[in-house]
Amino acid sequence: MRKNKLAIFGFCVLLFFVVCAVIAPIIAPYSPEEIVESQTLAPSWHHLFGTDDLGRDIFSRALFGARISLTVGFVAVVIAILVGTLLGALSGYYGGLIDSLIMRFVDVMLAFPSIFLILAIQVMLTPNIYNVMVVIGLTSWMGVSRLVRGEFLRIRELQYVEAARAIGCSDLRIIFRHILPNAQAPIIVAATLGMAGAVLTESALSFLGLGVQPPMPSWGNMLMDSQAYMRDAPWMAIIPGLLILLTVLSLYFIGEGLREKLDVRS
Amino acid sequence: MKKYLFRRLLQLIPLLIGVSLISFFIMHLAPGDPTALFIDPNVKPEELMRVRANWGLDQPVYIQYFVWLKNAVLLDFGRSYTTGQPVMAEIAERLPMTLLLMIPSFVLTLLITIPIGVISAVKKNSWFDNLFTVLSFAGMAIPTFWLGLMLMLLFSVQLHWLPAVGNIVLPLITMTIGSLAGLTRYQRAAMLEILNQDFIRTARAKGLPERIVIFKHALRNALIPTVTILGLTLPDLFGGAFIIETIFAWPGMGRLGVQSIFQRNYPMIMGIVMFSALLIVLGNLLADLGYAWVDPRIRYEKK
Repeated sequence: MRKNKLAIFGFCVLLFFVVCAVIAPIIAPYSPEEIVESQTLAPSWHHLFGTDDLGRDIFSRALFGARISLTVGFVAVVIAILVGTLLGALSGYYGGLIDSLIMRFVDVMLAFPSIFLILAIQVMLTPNIYNVMVVIGLTSWMGVSRLVRGEFLRIRELQYVEAARAIGCSDLRIIFRHILPNAQAPIIVAATLGMAGAVLTESALSFLGLGVQPPMPSWGNMLMDSQAYMRDAPWMAIIPGLLILLTVLSLYFIGEGLREKLDVRS
Repeated sequence: MKKYLFRRLLQLIPLLIGVSLISFFIMHLAPGDPTALFIDPNVKPEELMRVRANWGLDQPVYIQYFVWLKNAVLLDFGRSYTTGQPVMAEIAERLPMTLLLMIPSFVLTLLITIPIGVISAVKKNSWFDNLFTVLSFAGMAIPTFWLGLMLMLLFSVQLHWLPAVGNIVLPLITMTIGSLAGLTRYQRAAMLEILNQDFIRTARAKGLPERIVIFKHALRNALIPTVTILGLTLPDLFGGAFIIETIFAWPGMGRLGVQSIFQRNYPMIMGIVMFSALLIVLGNLLADLGYAWVDPRIRYEKK
């Protein structure tokens, strides 16, 4: 019951952010990339969240930043789920050599300090919004693949899979039509929690200047220059961080709520 | 047990080779040449060739890799492009500062997380449990670097209690809060599971005082998963160090790593990746061993 309430809270907050992101061009009072006022103005009715070090309206930037941050998080997690599910399914279904190879590769990927790996790749590539999505996706699928593999190992022994095999279904059909739909619940939970992780990673990357590149706003890169203006414009540091926190928190609440609802073990 | 340990240590070798292969090729297949960042662009072409030859960059990538690997086996990771010092020496110089953050943070995390997790489980759904459930989710959801910024804003800029950089308190708090939240949830779940076991019901049924049931029967068993997860949080602590040391200008290995990345200081990056990977896999191994060590059931089965 308690988890349920938190999940509903999370869902409402996230829905609100998504709606804001979608209608950002309609409701944003100013252009997110244009200098509209004096620098570092405190929040007021004209500038709800104040202005930043260049004199841009932080409220408008936050709205457009929501688009970027949520999209990056979503696409990154879709990539991670696709890769993780595919490799996990192959691993769990075929077993043997394929399984050993894939799982050793997972071990190698997990031995990296992940944020360091992501930073290194981003420096080598020219950081832009597409690279950020792909790199976060390709460095965060390992948990999903282990999870899907476990589900496949369990489900492939069930009688109905044997029945499907007996009537001559192909491996692909058994994997995608018979086993995968029954492994959905934990994947959905992992996707929700994974998106929370992806939003956090994007923010850290962009904060360090290796993620979404200015002038395009993301919640992470809005924090980039805030450290230098902590005394004069603390709102520059407070607001984008709060938005990240609320988004990630909502995703965690939704994920935990789903876990309980779908009866998935942690 | 010895045989098991030996086998596990052997397995680390291909794992570390895999890590080195991936990181080496990511760096060396990237477009651009690191010399461009270190050498004056107006320098004579012959001079540039000399530097490239000196750094081994004129060789094909796979040869560069084997040269690197041969030296790495002998614990020689080359010299930093920026300072010319041996990579190992630089890491050895910075490591104590990172450990100075990590070890106290580790201890603090344990001291805080176990009691909170246990009390939350014993008093499930009480205000205490609810409060810490929400707090630990918030702790997991807060971006580490932003937590650092906010602590700086509060304690350095507003209250003037602590300097923003060069002081251990703020980075230590940041790092601890980062690892605290997840572990508390974990400890609570472990304790809850134990409290539902038959032997707890038996202990209660035979009339033992609740205090003894909780501390002697339940807690000892609930600490078993904690041992495992501790080894597994090592990578997170390490990942956190890269960001936390960067914000607080803490002169440890993490900051060195991030700086090396920005400078494309290949030998330094490779050294730090390998060092961190080694710590991570050893952490995992220790977790598995610790698990067997604290739980006699596993120890005897493995024989």
